Amino acid sequence: MKLPIVDHPTAAKPFVTNEDRSHWHDDALWFVRVKRDRQASSVPEWEYLRERASAIKTHTIANLGDYLEQFERNATARGATVHWAADAEEHNAIVLKILRQHGTQRIVKSKSMLTEECGLNPYLENNGIEVVDTDLGERIVQLREETPSHIVLPAIHIKKEEVGQTFHTHLGTDAGASDPQYLTEAARNHLRNKFLAGEVGITGVNFGIAETGGFVVCTNEGNADLGVSLPKVHIACMGIEKMIPSLADLSVFTRLLARSATGQPVTTYTSHFHGPKDDNSELHIVLVDNGRTRLRGNDTFRPAMHCIRCGACMNTCPVYRRSGGHSYRATVPGPIGSVLSPSRDAKSYKSLPYACSLCGSCSDVCPVKIPLHHQLLAWRGELVGNGLLPLSKRVAMKTASFLFQRPGLYRTAGSMGRTALRVLPHFVTHNRFNTWTKARELPKPPRESFRQWYIANRGNPQRRDSVNGNATTHANTRSNGDAS
Amino acid sequence: MNESTVKSSVTATTDSRRAIMDRLRGQVIDSNPIPPIDTSSLTQFDDPLAVFQQNLQAVGGESHLVDRPEQVAEILLGIDVFSSAEQICSLVPDAVNGNVDASAVDDPHEFAPLDWTIAQGQFAVAENGAIWIDGATLPHRVLIFIAQYLAIVVSRSQIVSNMHQAYQQIGNIESPFGVFVSGPSKTADIEQSLVLGAHGCRKLQVFLLP
Ligand code: SF4
Repeated sequence: MKLPIVDHPTAAKPFVTNEDRSHWHDDALWFVRVKRDRQASSVPEWEYLRERASAIKTHTIANLGDYLEQFERNATARGATVHWAADAEEHNAIVLKILRQHGTQRIVKSKSMLTEECGLNPYLENNGIEVVDTDLGERIVQLREETPSHIVLPAIHIKKEEVGQTFHTHLGTDAGASDPQYLTEAARNHLRNKFLAGEVGITGVNFGIAETGGFVVCTNEGNADLGVSLPKVHIACMGIEKMIPSLADLSVFTRLLARSATGQPVTTYTSHFHGPKDDNSELHIVLVDNGRTRLRGNDTFRPAMHCIRCGACMNTCPVYRRSGGHSYRATVPGPIGSVLSPSRDAKSYKSLPYACSLCGSCSDVCPVKIPLHHQLLAWRGELVGNGLLPLSKRVAMKTASFLFQRPGLYRTAGSMGRTALRVLPHFVTHNRFNTWTKARELPKPPRESFRQWYIANRGNPQRRDSVNGNATTHANTRSNGDAS
Repeated sequence: MNESTVKSSVTATTDSRRAIMDRLRGQVIDSNPIPPIDTSSLTQFDDPLAVFQQNLQAVGGESHLVDRPEQVAEILLGIDVFSSAEQICSLVPDAVNGNVDASAVDDPHEFAPLDWTIAQGQFAVAENGAIWIDGATLPHRVLIFIAQYLAIVVSRSQIVSNMHQAYQQIGNIESPFGVFVSGPSKTADIEQSLVLGAHGCRKLQVFLLP
């Protein structure tokens, strides 16, 4: 599949320029972030858990081959069938093969970013299989023929009035209805029939446990469980990075996941699957690489494999909150998506590491301590090295470097710039060549430069003596800060 | 699907297994073993029962302290949706007399009209209001998810503080299925408004026996 190159500022434009919507989205996610903070601060050993989660992941990813083999051995002993898929196509083919073997017409699926990443839905639909996403948010975006804009809150970008409209069209709810309780009830009834008609249940996996050969699925709605406890066949699709060594390790992650994701102490249902339901049933586990071993091979970006897909980094990211998940044009958006996507295809996703203010908030909330903002910065370095810096930035950087090396010219340019900003008409500064001014006004430039101010106020030797070295200390601190 | 396609697909997955393993083994990464967990840094509650009740309420469940199993039915009869229920499956017969015999049912789809399931919980977790249900106690695992309402009976002497103790308590997982249930089924997918009763139970009642 050839992807068009994603230009984040362009893709974000419709969302950012719709001010009401952008603010509303920002507030909705901030609400989740606040709930997360409350939960995190209610657990005194929170930082210890994060350290530990990170150590467990580092260890597991380093020894991934061993743990996968152990998992396969134990899962097989419990009666599951383990499949291996090198890439998305193979994953899809394996799933389709199992469905064909059972003559399946329709499946029920619970939210899985992996199947989203592999494009399983369109693939199965093209092969004549009806696919029903059962997570409410996923069902909403599915009916609207959209994709999830968030990995935990797939429909966070959609207003309740719009859900009402969608349900009115597809489920026959009252026109104009927007009450979440009423709409959820309608979805419950609609999906109940789908659950009862599903011939195979497909789920993702939150954690695979090498020691036991089982896996865990976490949901609040109970859709994964209902979806797989009616039919005889359960297919679980699992990225190989979901592995953890033991149940003892699982205790750490079950404490972190929901608290980080939605600010709940744990998900409503934390289901443990170890083998098929009964003698007449089948459990298939599809282990998927699709670029993960390549990421593992990269010393700089390997920690991105720790991700447990909680979404906390998105909820806190000032860029994500204002630009919306779809602006990333990637299955996983936000800070972690901006690390993962370029590792998949640097050229197509080269603008994503710039969709970041380097505020570091994502790294602060990440329950597995991925140094996200460091990684985004590292990506920028890598992209420059690969000659993949966008032209606009390349020109700007070259110009800046040229100017910074010539103080006299820099001073003249600064003075011209200050004057120009004061006197130039709006249309000159705000046009399509200046992406910076798309949704903001420029600040009023001061009449003098810092240098001029400094010479006038601090540059006078007599004055400097009179303030007794304090000014010097101050100036030093400042210049240290700037240089770092 | 004909034989040869099936075969080629099987080879594909074997080849892929080898390829993935080769890539993993080809790159040796040094790592430290995971140090044992420092239990002294984990929060323990002096009154796990009170913390459990508080957390269960916070996640939308209701708890009742009872002294004898028969009290469970008495309390439930005071709840409208129970007294008017038509189909009740009880897995805790000394507490509630059900009218659906789950072990006589072959096809789980038959539980579609089920109003209530009364299940037995093995133990509860204070820090998050979760209750562990071992699949071995369930003739069909769907019973937990398909009933409109769910009641769980668990002993209040069986409450651990946190998830570390919970997994210790479970020990070796024997059953093909087991689930922590924390509150009724819920969703906030429509504008972050919390709605109870998404696909699973609409309400959760927890009875805490001695
Ligand atoms: S990177 Fe960290 S915060 Fe972001 S989704 Fe993954 S685990 Fe959560």
